[in-house]
Amino acid sequence: MRIRIFNFCCGLLLLVPFSIQAEVFEKTLGNGLKVIVKEDHRAPVLVQQVWYRAGSMDERTGTTGVAHVLEHMMFKGTKSVPMGEFSKRIAAAGGRENAFTSYDYTAYFQQLHKSKLPLAMQLESDRMHNLQLTAEEFGKEIRVVMEERRMRTDDEPHALMYEKLMATAYQEHPYQHPIIGWMNDLEAMTAADAQEWYKSWYAPNNAVLIVAGDVDAKAVFKLAEQNYGKIKARPLPVRKAYRESPQLGIKRLTLKAPAELPHLIMAYHTPTLKNAETDTLPYALDVLAGILDGNESARMNTALVREQQIASEIGAGYDSTGRGPSMFVLEGTPSAGKSVADLEAAIREQLLKLIREGVSAEELQRVKAQVTANEVYKLDSVFYQAMQIGQMESIGLGYKVLPVMLKKLQEVTAQQVQDAAREILKDDNLTIAVLDPQPLSNKPKKAGGNIHAH
Amino acid sequence: MRTNWPIMRTGVIFLSLIINALYSSASATPTIQHWQAASGARVYFVENHDLPMLDVAVTFPAGSGFDDPAKLGVAGFVNGMLDAGTDGLNEDEIGRKLADIGAQKASQFDPDRAGLSMRTLSYPAQREVALDILARMLQRPLFPEAILAREKVRLIAALKEAETKPESIAAKAFGKAVFAMHPYGTSIEVPDVEKIQRADLENYYRSHYAAKAAVVALMGDLTRAQAEAIAQQLTEKLPDGAASTQLPAVTIHIQSSEQRIAHPASQSHILIGTPGVARSDPDYFPLYVGNYILGGGGFVSRLMNEIREKRGMAYSVYSYFMPMQQPGAFQIGLQTKKEQADEALKLTRATLREFVEKGVSAKELQAAKDNIIGGFPLRIDSNKKILEYLSVIGFYNLPLNYLDDFTVQVGRVSAAQIHDAFKRRIHPDAMATVVVGAPEVK
Repeated sequence: MRIRIFNFCCGLLLLVPFSIQAEVFEKTLGNGLKVIVKEDHRAPVLVQQVWYRAGSMDERTGTTGVAHVLEHMMFKGTKSVPMGEFSKRIAAAGGRENAFTSYDYTAYFQQLHKSKLPLAMQLESDRMHNLQLTAEEFGKEIRVVMEERRMRTDDEPHALMYEKLMATAYQEHPYQHPIIGWMNDLEAMTAADAQEWYKSWYAPNNAVLIVAGDVDAKAVFKLAEQNYGKIKARPLPVRKAYRESPQLGIKRLTLKAPAELPHLIMAYHTPTLKNAETDTLPYALDVLAGILDGNESARMNTALVREQQIASEIGAGYDSTGRGPSMFVLEGTPSAGKSVADLEAAIREQLLKLIREGVSAEELQRVKAQVTANEVYKLDSVFYQAMQIGQMESIGLGYKVLPVMLKKLQEVTAQQVQDAAREILKDDNLTIAVLDPQPLSNKPKKAGGNIHAH
Repeated sequence: MRTNWPIMRTGVIFLSLIINALYSSASATPTIQHWQAASGARVYFVENHDLPMLDVAVTFPAGSGFDDPAKLGVAGFVNGMLDAGTDGLNEDEIGRKLADIGAQKASQFDPDRAGLSMRTLSYPAQREVALDILARMLQRPLFPEAILAREKVRLIAALKEAETKPESIAAKAFGKAVFAMHPYGTSIEVPDVEKIQRADLENYYRSHYAAKAAVVALMGDLTRAQAEAIAQQLTEKLPDGAASTQLPAVTIHIQSSEQRIAHPASQSHILIGTPGVARSDPDYFPLYVGNYILGGGGFVSRLMNEIREKRGMAYSVYSYFMPMQQPGAFQIGLQTKKEQADEALKLTRATLREFVEKGVSAKELQAAKDNIIGGFPLRIDSNKKILEYLSVIGFYNLPLNYLDDFTVQVGRVSAAQIHDAFKRRIHPDAMATVVVGAPEVK
């Protein structure tokens, strides 16, 4: 069956294609594994994703990064599938595979021809309960992760700045710790830590299986039962509830790192969506982010990069969903000759203007039109559709609220956006990080800008 | 927004289609319709009504390789400023009007190609506005003086920033070491940017954005008649420029070189390479399949196995051929902490040497073919991916059955061909090496 978006009408007031939900099927196996199937028959391919409801926010002091380290270790073999074989078999089947870890969850995926689901399920279900974690393989892989940390964070001034911003903005919530973990914790980590994590969280009753693509839901359920059904449910650790107390005053931090240009990040604490029907603030903040930075001619780029030329780069963003709270972030690089103080003042001026004068009907409509079009565009990617379902399931909202969220976004009013800005964009709620660029040591003051080989 | 961005298990580079080239299998490939518009532009169209959307790309032989060596950077500014203002629409209006209909514009720019693409809903109310704006950006760009001045300042800032980043420093030194003065290895410097004038942009645009050199790719919810009209609409008012569409030849054989550049980063960034292969080269298939085994095949490649899986020395290690109009680079890359950089470099070189001298096993070859051929359907599973194929097929004048023929070609590659092609093309004793953040010499 083809996807049909029959309730679309023409013109600017497009309706959201709710009918896409019609192709989503779900079933929970006896062991608690939730299976969700999204049929999409445009191409003879599929994606399998397994999402575990355990991310870096579930870690403890001293073992930060273990969720991500275990994710790496999941490719190191089981009793029946020796080290290296998982990737080899997927590759031999023409597949692509990878995995990712976030604050909130850890997920694994394979993309394959539609005939290869049995293989993918056999391999993925096997490592859900048969992983063999050896000290030898751990000893090698932890070094890979340390290299990853060096590459991603330690040698990337903007990433390092973001890590320190999170550690400053959050004092109680575990979002203060980086997903990849502190280097000290990685150095001290043992195979037993990874094993403990695996034993605690890797159970069918803590996972969601998603299959999307050119598949038949009934056949997928049957195959899932055969492969995953035999894995026993296990009691899960008590999941702690975390909260970040009100900040009560602005925080500022400076990072010195080798760079040419200074950089500024301003982050305001915000809630995330908890009740898709009754919450209003997260939707208003989503729209606010779109009005500030949803397109090239949105407020921030127009005012700061194009007109005032105070910034060479500027961005604003907000993620409305997550197990924990979120932040509304403004981030920019001052233009040559401008300071971060100039940039901060200019950003504040824009925010104040919005709080004082509100937003126009055109701006509001523009954001909503983009949301609607993006709902169609996302149908071009089976992978992304599965991602969205997995994320919503893993953070506890569930994929069924997706159409509710779209409807609620369309209902956001100009007044709500203005109120949201007034409520959230307050100094007491703000953490500011500044990159203070340092010269590269061993490098003479450059004359022409050429790099000289040594 | 970065708050909830997950981090991936690997830095395996998902190389774009232009690098990976095109595959086919027994499974159905999209039917490509091809014609020449009255304007002279060559058109490639796949009709598909599954989704109410349309993707369009118009590209020209106007990438950075076509820059006048005395006016480096002009090609990039022309491409980057197509949306900076056009007949009747300033840059803010372009951005706002596209956002109003949810259309998405993007630029294509590499050493060979330059162009614009657009994704829009296919309902007339959105499609017509999006295509009208695209047509005007392509055919009536104004290159406003004030915006050029602003963008020059921004680019200079970005170039200075890049000079502090080990990956940028490495890429620049590598380009120079592999390609010397050839445009594939050229980097723009601050003084180049400073001297760019609006007239340079005008001239470049008029000579390089010619209708007869244009390739129009259309994918999605259109009829053939609509596609024909749109292709003409997007190209009929293009200039009739006469610039050459050929880039100079690349000097294939280089001297061995090793540059060690100091940097305070904790890791060394290592690049090793040489000029590789042109897209039209008969060696391309053996080299592509061979490289999958050496360092292109993600977790199952030899480099990945030696450097990462066996020894935990790097998060990311890869190799690739960049098939371009002229031979693009063959490149191996990795990052590792300074203290072990020399050891990693030695190991990488030994892996390459053994590969070139001894070739691949029958088992490795079979595994490579299984993945490349079996994975073909994933390469054409979305409108976005198919659009890119259409552009590449058009730009490089590949046959219309290229998709269908590709797996046949891959299937024919033998271990002897791989051995032979690597031996002739890759000389481990004559490669360029760049190490940024190099360890102290002992």
